[in-house]
Amino acid sequence: MTAITSDFSSAPVLPKWVVPVLLLAFAYGVVPLIGSSYLFEAILLPFLALSLAGVGLNILTGYAGQVSLGSAAFMAAGAFAAYNFNLRIEGLPLIGSIFLAGIVAAAIGIAFGLPSLRLKGFYLAVSTLAAQFFVQWALTKFSWFSNNSASGVMDAPRLSISGFALDGAIGRYLFALTIVSVLTFLAHRLVSSQTGRNFIAIRDNETAARIIGIPVLKTKLLAFAISSFIIGVAGVIWAFAYLRTVEPDGFDLDRSFQILFIIIIGGLASIRGAFFGAALIVVFPLVLSRLGGFLLGDLFDSGVLDMSQRIVLGALIILFLILEPDGLVALWDRIRRRLLFAWQST
Amino acid sequence: MIADFDYQFFLEVLVGGLLSGVMYSLVAIGFVLIYKTSGVLNFAQGAMLLFAALTFVSLVERGVPFALALVITFAIMVAIGIAIERTVLRPLTNKPPITLFMATLGLSYIIEGAAQLIWGTQVHGLDLGIEDVPLEIGGVLISQFDIFAAVVAAGMVLLLSLFFRYTRIGLSFRAVADDQFAALAVGLRLPLIWATVWAAAGLVALVAGLLWGARLGVQFSLSLVVLKALPVLVLGGFDSILGAIVGGLLIGASEKLAEVYIGDYFGGGIESWFAYVVALVFLLIRPSGLFGQKLVERV
Repeated sequence: MTAITSDFSSAPVLPKWVVPVLLLAFAYGVVPLIGSSYLFEAILLPFLALSLAGVGLNILTGYAGQVSLGSAAFMAAGAFAAYNFNLRIEGLPLIGSIFLAGIVAAAIGIAFGLPSLRLKGFYLAVSTLAAQFFVQWALTKFSWFSNNSASGVMDAPRLSISGFALDGAIGRYLFALTIVSVLTFLAHRLVSSQTGRNFIAIRDNETAARIIGIPVLKTKLLAFAISSFIIGVAGVIWAFAYLRTVEPDGFDLDRSFQILFIIIIGGLASIRGAFFGAALIVVFPLVLSRLGGFLLGDLFDSGVLDMSQRIVLGALIILFLILEPDGLVALWDRIRRRLLFAWQST
Repeated sequence: MIADFDYQFFLEVLVGGLLSGVMYSLVAIGFVLIYKTSGVLNFAQGAMLLFAALTFVSLVERGVPFALALVITFAIMVAIGIAIERTVLRPLTNKPPITLFMATLGLSYIIEGAAQLIWGTQVHGLDLGIEDVPLEIGGVLISQFDIFAAVVAAGMVLLLSLFFRYTRIGLSFRAVADDQFAALAVGLRLPLIWATVWAAAGLVALVAGLLWGARLGVQFSLSLVVLKALPVLVLGGFDSILGAIVGGLLIGASEKLAEVYIGDYFGGGIESWFAYVVALVFLLIRPSGLFGQKLVERV
């Protein structure tokens, strides 16, 4: 057999850090200047929060192979923990409450990750539902968590860093962007480290992982802890920067599924995938409502919109699973390679 | 404390719990049928249940006679089952089970959306003509409707067991469940078998949907009864019809007893998660569930 060479080997290879750095420069330097407040409030802020949640879930599900249906519970835990730390500890800086909230979410993650030591696959997926229902129940039931507020809906504290207020749309965007960038960078480092390789080994073959000396139990719990930490912080961003209210209602089972869908559509075991998936999930309802309103006019009311959203979303999931199991990331890479190749051969 | 323990009341709660457990089992059986033969945990079972109930009610409201509506709805459920086999399962053959699970998650979104897009989102009442007057049996008040549901469930289980044991297609179900590859090798037609299984699951969804619909009203929340059936499955094992029944009874009874006797210590409303805790604790002690096959990937 002759040696197989890649068709695309002559494509110019940029160093890996170039694209993320350019994107960040654009996000920090250009977007705040040209963006409208609608762009920040309705698109970029939910996109950032959901992307981060996707990164967190991807570490657990994509890399370590443990399916979780309880992500929204960890988001809720993070949001409520940050709210309470901020409320009850005098003089604690906002970043401190957010960090502690992540720790709380991680602790809850470990508690609900314990079944993973004995259960796998479906049984584990079902047992993570316990986290979803328990956390939501506890947050609605015990009014201490919501500071005895009658409606259960509290205003989030105003964002500020060392006295510098960040409560405009752009300020909140920059705040969220910074946290998301830092955590994403750390997550990226993590998955390319020994720990990340341990996660993958456990996902691909647990017995083999055990034989080559990976501490399976510890590693699984670590995956739960790190993933829940990130998802918890994503919950803080969702509540503090995007909604600006803290309430248990938004963190329901549908949200958990939404985050799972983000990583399926974006691409499992890919940090970039979470961003691709979140972008699609945030933008597509807006596009669908515009398109539906344009094509059907008055027939397309909010009920119809809601239902057709569900149908299209479900169809997208199935299509991706069948046609592009590696998600938008794989699709994007292929298109880019084709374009480069076409460009070079002219 | 023990002295004023009201035995009568305890029995009433217990029986009520057992009977509502039967309702959980009804939903769980639909899952078991599909899991047994194709290894798919079909999350869309709840959506199918909603679709069946909603279609039936809407037909009846439009003046279609009861029996005819039943037949039409069943035909539609069979068509949906076949369509699912063609468009979703066939392209995903040999994919990991968890991928198939996620596909059924997407499927449940499609079916729920379609059901409500076609028939609307308002709540429909459903009257099966059974009076819900409590009967007194041995000094214990029991809802007549619950007894009816239990009888229907028992009948369905009997029917399914006979079907699995004595009919040709039932036997091939079991062959497929045992070893897909060998079944294929001896010439069983897998697509046909899967389509039949999905149709059977559609029938179970129809029956469960009507009973649950009569109880709760036919509306979106009907599809959430899956969430009640999942702990039952975990407890009983995904591949055992007997397990689904016993699991349902256990979950139903312990849930009601817990709500009545220890719920107050937690501030009430513990029904939403108590079943999961029971299932989890049980699994930690005995990972293969009550009747699940030891083969099932768990440890």
